[in-house]
Amino acid sequence: MRSDGKVTAGTGAPLGLRLMALGGILFLHVPLLFILLYAFSSDEKTFQFPPPGLTLQWFAVAWLDRPDIWAALWLSVKVAAMATLLAIVLGTCAAAAVWRSKFFGRESLSLLIILPIALPGIITGIALRSAYSLMEIPFSFWTIVIGHATFCIVVVYNNVLARFRRTSGSLIEASMDLGADGFQTFRHVVLPNIATALLAGGMLAFALSFDEVIVTTFTAGQQQTLPIWMLSELIKPRQRPVTNVVAIIVIVVTFLPILGAYYLTRDTHDFSGSGK
Amino acid sequence: MTIAATLPAAAADGIGRRAARLLYRNGWLLLILLLAPPLLWLGVVYLGSLFALLLQSFYSVDGFTGMIVPEFTLSTYADLLTAANMDVVLRSAGMAAAVTILCALIGFPIAYYAARYARGRAKAAFYIAIMLPLWSSYLVKVYAWKLILAREGVVTWLAGQLHLTWLLDGILALPVVGGASLSSAYLGTATVFVYIWLPYMILPVQAALERVPRSLTEASADLGAKPSQTFRTVILPLAFPGVAAGSIFTFSLTLGDYIIPGIIGSSRPFIGQVVLQLQGTAGNVPLAAAFTVVPILIMAIYLTAAKRLGAFDAL
Repeated sequence: MRSDGKVTAGTGAPLGLRLMALGGILFLHVPLLFILLYAFSSDEKTFQFPPPGLTLQWFAVAWLDRPDIWAALWLSVKVAAMATLLAIVLGTCAAAAVWRSKFFGRESLSLLIILPIALPGIITGIALRSAYSLMEIPFSFWTIVIGHATFCIVVVYNNVLARFRRTSGSLIEASMDLGADGFQTFRHVVLPNIATALLAGGMLAFALSFDEVIVTTFTAGQQQTLPIWMLSELIKPRQRPVTNVVAIIVIVVTFLPILGAYYLTRDTHDFSGSGK
Repeated sequence: MTIAATLPAAAADGIGRRAARLLYRNGWLLLILLLAPPLLWLGVVYLGSLFALLLQSFYSVDGFTGMIVPEFTLSTYADLLTAANMDVVLRSAGMAAAVTILCALIGFPIAYYAARYARGRAKAAFYIAIMLPLWSSYLVKVYAWKLILAREGVVTWLAGQLHLTWLLDGILALPVVGGASLSSAYLGTATVFVYIWLPYMILPVQAALERVPRSLTEASADLGAKPSQTFRTVILPLAFPGVAAGSIFTFSLTLGDYIIPGIIGSSRPFIGQVVLQLQGTAGNVPLAAAFTVVPILIMAIYLTAAKRLGAFDAL
């Protein structure tokens, strides 16, 4: 950068600091490798380490003998897709309103959007559940979706609002001056500008919903999403390595959208503010 | 240019065009249309549920029939203030405080390195290395630790290989934090909490450190401060709001969690587990509702304190 290169160079860090940073990063990543290893363990009763033998049979078991996994996976995908769709519509509306104009209570709106993830999940969960029971709404696909959409809004809102704030207002004025009406301006100017932010926010919302367990325990009733299935296996294991196979599926299904969202917004750092 | 090209040559005054003109002339109308869906959703569905819950904490449960009596009473709050329940609250708050301090100690060096030394590709790699665990599946991460901390698992094996079994046994024999195995001890619970919430501490601290202008540290060096003095008197005070911001997440998330202490830890319950049990098997929704007020109150106090420390400017 400037002449103070020796200060900014990556090699300038004291050894102790580098070791601590490296140790911290290893601490964050090594545990996930054990999930991978144990999926191949031939021991299904305990978590013996090192595993007594390695086998591929659990992938076959998960694929062929356990329809409960695939039912749970399908429900999770459906819920996450619907919650993401709702969150995109609601989050974009809120972001557009906050960006376009100053109105009374604008700060409170931001707080209201963040509240579902700022308060412990158990509060959102128990509040929704008692509301369902007060209004005698039976548990269904939609009771899960309502809970998920509520805490997914913030992710879309943050991503889209950050993009809006970097979108120059003169673009929109130019479009209007050239004779486009509001809808045309939205379709041809605003939408292409926020498209990647929408996609990134949507992907994160999908990952968030796909993984959610705390609120879901309260809003699902007898239905099993994939995280609920995993929780029940953690408490009462049947075939332990099968749980690892499912864990790998979950890692892949959530990592891909997260990496995708990162690459879509990497120039802008929208991602860091999104919180969870 | 492209916009003009894609416009229909002669835009007839159709309904769409007239609607657009109406919205353009009446900005408030568009604002209402934009605000209505999210406000209705969050205001009615979410806040409505929260208020209904709070309302129920002022009801009570009939001791004989087990039915909820919808009359205003403070007796549920009197039930809340028993010694056993206060134990649960203190245990949860104590764990949340310990986890927060550990996260700050472990997270700070990572954030410091990422903010002040990593450049270019290394910086991007660091960023992804922190983001991926943050967003990856919560249950998968808890499960990984169950494998590691189990009595027959990785830690026990590693201690045996290093001839450190005596050390592990010594740690497990400690009062309070110890237990039969790491997966049934407070120590194990705290480890998993720290692991899961650590990225929430790193990110705000890193952001705060990146905002420290380099000219300040240079000025400090020019004025004769040793690097350790600069760190203590310049960098640390400026990074502290970031630590406070991160601590909001680590504290709040630990306080309400009921899954980790249920899977890894002693059988002594935390707030979340008690709430779950009260509203589920015990069927005492009013007391469960009153119990949820406790973390809300603790967080309100915590947020007020954090605001004084400048945490919100660092978010």
